[in-house]
Amino acid sequence: MNKKVAIIGIGITPFGELWTRGYRDLITDAGTEAIIDSGIDGKDIEGLYIGSMSPGRFSGQEHIGALVADYSGLTGIYATRIEGACASGSLALREAYLAIKSGEMDVVVVGGVEKMTDVPTSSATVTLMGAGDQEWEAFKGATFPSLYAMMARRHMFEYGTTIEQISQVAVKSHENASRNPNAQFPFKVTIDQVMNSSMIADPLRLLHCSPLSDGAAAVVLASEAAAKELSRDPVWITASASATDTIALHDRVSLSRMDSTILAAEKVYKKAGVKPDDIDFAEVHDCFSIAEIMAIEGLGFCKLGEGGRMAQEGELSLDGRIPTNTSGGLKGKGHPVGATGIAQAVEATLQLRGQADKRQIKDAERGLIHNVGGSGATTVIHILERN
Amino acid sequence: MSKGVAVHWRLIPQRYNLIGTECKGCGQKFFPPRQLCPNCRRSGNITEITFSGEGKIYSYTLIHVPSEGLGFMKPYAIGIIRLDEGPLLTAQIVDCKPEDLAIGKRVNSVFRKVIVDGDSGIIRYGYKFKLTE
Repeated sequence: MNKKVAIIGIGITPFGELWTRGYRDLITDAGTEAIIDSGIDGKDIEGLYIGSMSPGRFSGQEHIGALVADYSGLTGIYATRIEGACASGSLALREAYLAIKSGEMDVVVVGGVEKMTDVPTSSATVTLMGAGDQEWEAFKGATFPSLYAMMARRHMFEYGTTIEQISQVAVKSHENASRNPNAQFPFKVTIDQVMNSSMIADPLRLLHCSPLSDGAAAVVLASEAAAKELSRDPVWITASASATDTIALHDRVSLSRMDSTILAAEKVYKKAGVKPDDIDFAEVHDCFSIAEIMAIEGLGFCKLGEGGRMAQEGELSLDGRIPTNTSGGLKGKGHPVGATGIAQAVEATLQLRGQADKRQIKDAERGLIHNVGGSGATTVIHILERN
Repeated sequence: MSKGVAVHWRLIPQRYNLIGTECKGCGQKFFPPRQLCPNCRRSGNITEITFSGEGKIYSYTLIHVPSEGLGFMKPYAIGIIRLDEGPLLTAQIVDCKPEDLAIGKRVNSVFRKVIVDGDSGIIRYGYKFKLTE
């Protein structure tokens, strides 16, 4: 059994509507960058895990493990795809982490990828709704924005959260994205622009919603022994945890909090032996701006119901108490669903290495990454540390 | 995406008549129906029950960017309804002005056309809800 697992290499593509890059191009770009960054050689790699939500619906392509091994020049190695809707990336990271922890492997590459813009928007929307309950939500005409809109409505009703507070999350995300050259939307927006953007599902507007995106990200993981031999700059994954909740939103105990996040957070803090106060920064799953507020509450950065106030008072900004989504988040950076969890690991690694350039935060020693599937039926959380 | 007939046919009792299930072991009622009680699991005792269709709005939204095939209705209201017997379900709320929607308002179920699979496809029916106050 291996005690510790390190990230020794990272790679990421630009996120956006990338007409010139196909599914296999994106993941090959990100994977190659991660392997070069790690300094290892192809022959060192023992396994390949790919997080991807729906290549079958988005590209007509299944059998992703073998495809990616093939186009990465790694034919012959163990390769598989992991799926958990928008949490596919982090689930793949967790499976690779467990493979190393078990002692079965010492060097593993984990990729996340989605190519969402080769199909019409309406078709992509239907595919994404597969993350919810097909028979009892989608059939009734529910869309993903509508599910998060109903969470926002309850949060506003129960806690007095305001649309200004929810909008402030989007303003902050775009501010951070303006400092990230790989972001889909590398520009700032004003709160007036957010609050006057077109209505999607009341009270959520266009600029409260993450976009459809193409993109990929990859990391190289290594056991402690392999990391010490192969890497001069490892970042350690000190805890990994995941939890589930009901597939349909209507079956939840509460709509104003995310219990899978609360449960996974309890587990991950216990495993790492830390408290929410010990976290220096976080990448959280802001598929909709209300989701970031519910995430920071569920992660224990504030009490339930106080997330809106935290956003409004700037506590989530780059110079705030707990900088959140320094990358721009799903809103600003983009959300190629399978890639998102791995992109979060890439951002946290950049911050911990001190390589986050214009969005670098001070004294980053410990970061948390939080990835959600569907309307909260899956949460995966990892804690990454410098030492 | 169009599907075969069986997938719609087998859900007719639930979608037309709000037939769900109840665990006689712990008393919890389920809609949509569950075959396995999450509280009692293998010790549960599941039987069918028919829900009254009476309930209250728990949350709601007005959808401006519609799901596939529902563009002609936009904007349309979707809600999570708490049935008087306990369970919550997702449904459209129809025959109302958007400004009349509010958390806590009473609703009851009505039988409606839900979606048509294109010009020559299956017409699927089911429950929607309307305000009763």
